[in-house]
Amino acid sequence: MQKRPTSVAIMLATVFCGGLLGTRPAEAFMAYVSNEKDNTVTVVDTASGTVVKTLPVGQRPRGITISHDGKFIYLCASDDDTIEVIDTETLQIVDTLPSGPDPELFVLSPDGKTLYVANEDDNLVTVIDIESRDVLAEIPVGVEPEGMGISPDGKTMVNTSETTNMAHFIDTDSHEITHNVLVDSRPRFAEFKPDGSEVWVSAEIGGTVSVIDNASREVKHKITFEIAGLRSEAIQPVGVRITADGKKAYVALGPANRVAVVDTATYKVEKYVLVGQRVWQLAFTPDQKTIISTNGVSNDITFIDVASDEPVQSVTVGAMPWGVVVSPK
Amino acid sequence: MFFCEHMGCVVSVFVFLSVSVLLAVLPLAEVNAQTSSEPGTPGQERSEPEASDVRLGYIRAYAPQLALSVLDVPPRDEGVAGANVAISDNNTTGRFLGQKFSLDVVEVKPDSDVLSVFDAMAGRGISTILADLSAGQLLTLADAAQAKGIIVFNVGATDDRLREEDCRANVFHTAPTRSMLADGLAQYLIWKQWRRWALIYGSHERDRLFADALRRAAERFGGEIVAEKEFADTGTARRTDSGVVQIQRQMPVFTQGLAEHDVLLVADESEVFGTYVPFRTWQPRPVAGTAGLMPSAWHPASEQWGGTQIQNRFLKATGRRMLSKDMAAWTAARIIGEAATRTRSADPKEIAGFIRSEDFSIAAFKGQKLTFRQWNWQLRQPVFIGDGRSVVSTSPQEGFLHQFSELDTLGIDRPETKCVLK
Repeated sequence: MQKRPTSVAIMLATVFCGGLLGTRPAEAFMAYVSNEKDNTVTVVDTASGTVVKTLPVGQRPRGITISHDGKFIYLCASDDDTIEVIDTETLQIVDTLPSGPDPELFVLSPDGKTLYVANEDDNLVTVIDIESRDVLAEIPVGVEPEGMGISPDGKTMVNTSETTNMAHFIDTDSHEITHNVLVDSRPRFAEFKPDGSEVWVSAEIGGTVSVIDNASREVKHKITFEIAGLRSEAIQPVGVRITADGKKAYVALGPANRVAVVDTATYKVEKYVLVGQRVWQLAFTPDQKTIISTNGVSNDITFIDVASDEPVQSVTVGAMPWGVVVSPK
Repeated sequence: MFFCEHMGCVVSVFVFLSVSVLLAVLPLAEVNAQTSSEPGTPGQERSEPEASDVRLGYIRAYAPQLALSVLDVPPRDEGVAGANVAISDNNTTGRFLGQKFSLDVVEVKPDSDVLSVFDAMAGRGISTILADLSAGQLLTLADAAQAKGIIVFNVGATDDRLREEDCRANVFHTAPTRSMLADGLAQYLIWKQWRRWALIYGSHERDRLFADALRRAAERFGGEIVAEKEFADTGTARRTDSGVVQIQRQMPVFTQGLAEHDVLLVADESEVFGTYVPFRTWQPRPVAGTAGLMPSAWHPASEQWGGTQIQNRFLKATGRRMLSKDMAAWTAARIIGEAATRTRSADPKEIAGFIRSEDFSIAAFKGQKLTFRQWNWQLRQPVFIGDGRSVVSTSPQEGFLHQFSELDTLGIDRPETKCVLK
């Protein structure tokens, strides 16, 4: 299904979002949402905003990503200590990868061949060759590794450790840590800017996003958040996504129930978008027109229109949605 | 200590344990550390970090304890195990900075002299001491430590007086106070609209102190104590073969005649009768306090806010579940680690100065950052409300507001404090 609605339709759909299912202003993509609590993945058609299917998966599904050709979903089944591979055609689990214990988040190399996995319980990053299923390396990092980012050229991987409070820069050739950058408490996510110049690291308990210069490997700016009527303790940045043109960043603020929109040139927060409760992870649709948030406590996901930064629609998924990825097809 | 009065328990002779955790120094990668107060200056000096030792001491009053239920007998390494896990966490981080952390554990008898132990520790160059001691012992230790510029973390004593009239400038408290625990429980009962409370309390000092904290909480949050009764300790054995037969008949009679109430509160820190109250009351009523629904600094079943990770780590290291005192000790040792990381220093003065700074905070799996009350060095923290199996809730409850921090709705607040730090 490839619809191209007119601009009038876009406006209408934006205004009457809930009532006009099927005329959403986007091409049809499939979003896959991992539901941590009920051990499922919800498949959502992003054009109609409807749930297409709910798949039973392994225990405590969290990190979720997709192969660059869109054929396979990779899913961290944390409590099963495995990574499940789901065929996007048949929506069946077709394989598992050796992940090391308690995989939580991972990142796929730009060439799509290597998966870097954070093993929370063992203070390790495991490097897996997807084709051969070999574990290429286990890299000791700080306490409770979680966030995983990779540079656009694939040469540098960044892991964040939640109790050590560092972003570990790892050379993907030597599998050695080259730099450790101290950030604020409980760093949850690392996201490279598309031009590779900066790494943005969120700190859940610290309440900040550290912008690390990728050349000097030093924190060049710290973004803070303020929302009227909310205590600073309730503002807990987790997921971070930056637009392909590198101009805007979206930061999920956890129990603040909002996604912050940040101008990457000035580091100023332009807007706080109210979504659902305990918003953790984010994903763009491939056309970059929509960004989707997972709202754990309200059991839904919210579509945010990237042009206007308005929330357009929320869709109920499974229990405690954690991660989301959108198929490139 | 009260157990010993009745049970004639054997007090272990002065035990000396020295636990030091050493990690091989791995090749050090470059570390760019910045604290939030220091904006990064490009090209700042990047000297290779030098290996430096941060040595912590742990002084613990220990004697074998009995409990009404064998399930509640404290594990032999309660508290110490939490500190050890934190030392291991600190060393994982320390690898990147060339810092090494170690823990030197010494046990003394309850209410025995701690000065000789302290002098020996100070002589070994220990600059920070974690203390699981009685209030009296802690004050003796604190004053001796003050003279030598050593800071103390109270990981065990819940006495409010240590944060009030007997507060000390060199003592940080990671254990919550009785009033914080009582307030956390009271907020939940009020949230449930269970406002009428009957209170039964034990006859030892600490039971009376917890009863006082419950009375204060009732007044503060709008609960009403409609009846009170003391359960006098007559020195009975805690466990006998046929004891349960008698208890089944005695407890209903003891709780008969209490005025109409929603909840029966129990204050029995001394383990004389509390465990015997639930399901044996005259009226069918929920029980809360030191039995039934209990407030605590940590819950062995908490998995929220990343709790699964510390629980798994603790279980793997010790083979048992993590208890409140383990968490208080873990938090104290992590605070030292965090300060050493942020200051990139093993210098006790720098570490203490950083902990005392306004913007110091620590993450401890409780859903928000924990900070110190600047007026008495009590760590602000949410209180878990749980039964023996699971977490029922976490206080502060929604709607209990505060102009500065909602965590300050728990315990004695700044305007009421009697503490003058010195």
